[in-house]
Amino acid sequence: MGNSAEPGEMPGVNFYPLGDAAIVLEFGDHINRLTHGHIQAFTNYLDQHSFPGLVEYVPAFTTLTVYYDPWVVSRQGLLNPYTTVAALLEEMLLHVKTHPDKPTAKVIEIPVCYGGKYGPDLEYVASLHGLKPKEVIKLHTQTTYLVYMIGFAPGFPYLGGMVPEIATPRKEKPRARVPAGSVGIAGKQTGVYPIQSPGGWQLIGRTPLLLFNPHRERPSLLEAGDSIRFVSISEKQFEKKKEAAHGA
Amino acid sequence: MGLKIINSGLLTTIQDIGRYGYQKEGIIVSGPMDAFALRVANLLVGNEESAAAIETTFLGPKILFEADHLIAITGGDLSPTINGEAVKMWRPIFVPQGSLLQFGAPGLGSRAYVAVSGSFSLPKVLGSYATYLRAEVGGFKGRALQAGDLLPCPGPTPAGEHLWRSLTKNKPLSGWAQASWTPIPQLFPNLEANPTLRVIKGPEYDLFTPASQQAFWEQEFIVTTDSDRMGYRLQGVPLLLSEPKEMISSAVTFGTLQVPPEGHPIALLADHQTTGGYPRIGQVITADFSNLAQVPLGKKIWFREVSLEDAQYLYIKQEQNIQQIKQAISYKIRL
Repeated sequence: MGNSAEPGEMPGVNFYPLGDAAIVLEFGDHINRLTHGHIQAFTNYLDQHSFPGLVEYVPAFTTLTVYYDPWVVSRQGLLNPYTTVAALLEEMLLHVKTHPDKPTAKVIEIPVCYGGKYGPDLEYVASLHGLKPKEVIKLHTQTTYLVYMIGFAPGFPYLGGMVPEIATPRKEKPRARVPAGSVGIAGKQTGVYPIQSPGGWQLIGRTPLLLFNPHRERPSLLEAGDSIRFVSISEKQFEKKKEAAHGA
Repeated sequence: MGLKIINSGLLTTIQDIGRYGYQKEGIIVSGPMDAFALRVANLLVGNEESAAAIETTFLGPKILFEADHLIAITGGDLSPTINGEAVKMWRPIFVPQGSLLQFGAPGLGSRAYVAVSGSFSLPKVLGSYATYLRAEVGGFKGRALQAGDLLPCPGPTPAGEHLWRSLTKNKPLSGWAQASWTPIPQLFPNLEANPTLRVIKGPEYDLFTPASQQAFWEQEFIVTTDSDRMGYRLQGVPLLLSEPKEMISSAVTFGTLQVPPEGHPIALLADHQTTGGYPRIGQVITADFSNLAQVPLGKKIWFREVSLEDAQYLYIKQEQNIQQIKQAISYKIRL
């Protein structure tokens, strides 16, 4: 497993198939920034070095799944497609620098109107921890969060970095409809609902930004590797920003 | 030109081959449940095999043709009729303006595809026409078809026109006409009412108890009514882990057999989420996706193990079959 790797060197990576048209590269077995960095470095490399038969890839916390077309791959070599792709990716791993010169300074700000009609569970979260709603907002906005992966719904970010002081169990009875943009807490996680869906997260606020917009060139506002910060805004600012975001 | 939906049927959507390239953004592939059937339906009307067609589920729609069209119907046998007369599947059909396509009692299979030569004039969203129901994206207004919808069509492709002319040259112009041939039917998936699906062991197979592993290969699983385009919920002997395991979310795909804690597997299908966090006991092979997608609710399925090498051999074989079918059709077009 890859957790023994020193910073700066690529870990040993496990390969295994996911069905007959995908291969999984496992970079570690714990969720942490180091493993995430390795996956990011590799996907950056893959973006520059596509190969015939590559369909797409999906980064997750500890894995990168690479989808390929065995029919296209089979026409290039004598080995079976899985072996061919595995060898190709293994070769690529040797060329990847674990510290890409990607500036990490850029932080995407997500404006959030906390509490009130947009965050109906803010009071509950506060009272559970013996805090004032203001203090919950302060704790939620003071951290820089890392987008580990996108999944579950279009544009839904799995974020790392929430302070444990505001961790709150999910609602016992999920809501049938959680509006798009809702910012919630579920256990030790915080996240934003990109589209309206049922859900059991404790809703503390809402962002006027569209995390998913199929008519943007990049439909998901966020991607794995991004850093974000939540910024508290007023209801008035929310309405204004919402108009701007949705009118665009 | 166009098709008017008189009655929507149970679930009728526009699907093309699927929306690839966006799974890393959490955007699902969607696309056909039975890709083989969609691809061949398109080829039979002179379309690109990846083009948009109508997918209908179990109880099919009632469709009025507002102009003359060349169509083909493939997939499961949902007893299609044109103007009340039974029509054959897997072949080009000329349908004159004012005709009514209907479906009857489902026979073998549960999903049919209707391709129209020239496909539909609909907006492409993120490179695809596939309907993504949950995000209300793509297809026809991002939703399932409803009574009253009018599907605009640009008219036949040049290849479709050849097939069209061959069907109409000796026929009275008043009626519909179907081709007397179907391309190499022995290469079509052999649909079974209660199929045995071939499966590769999943990444977490070894975490299940020996008894559960044995049950997985030997026992039957029923496709419950709590199933949809996202996945089939299967009911059978509960499949249990030897010890609880904290799973870290990772990618899942069409055909993944994932097992939630209560032990009843879910077979993921066209609208599966991009990532999941349940142990994956197995993976249905691509060559058996048609048989998986066509199992009606309430029917039984079994699993049989194959190696990854065999699965990839069968994958390539199926692609070669489609190439052969394509050649057989282009030979007919050149005639």
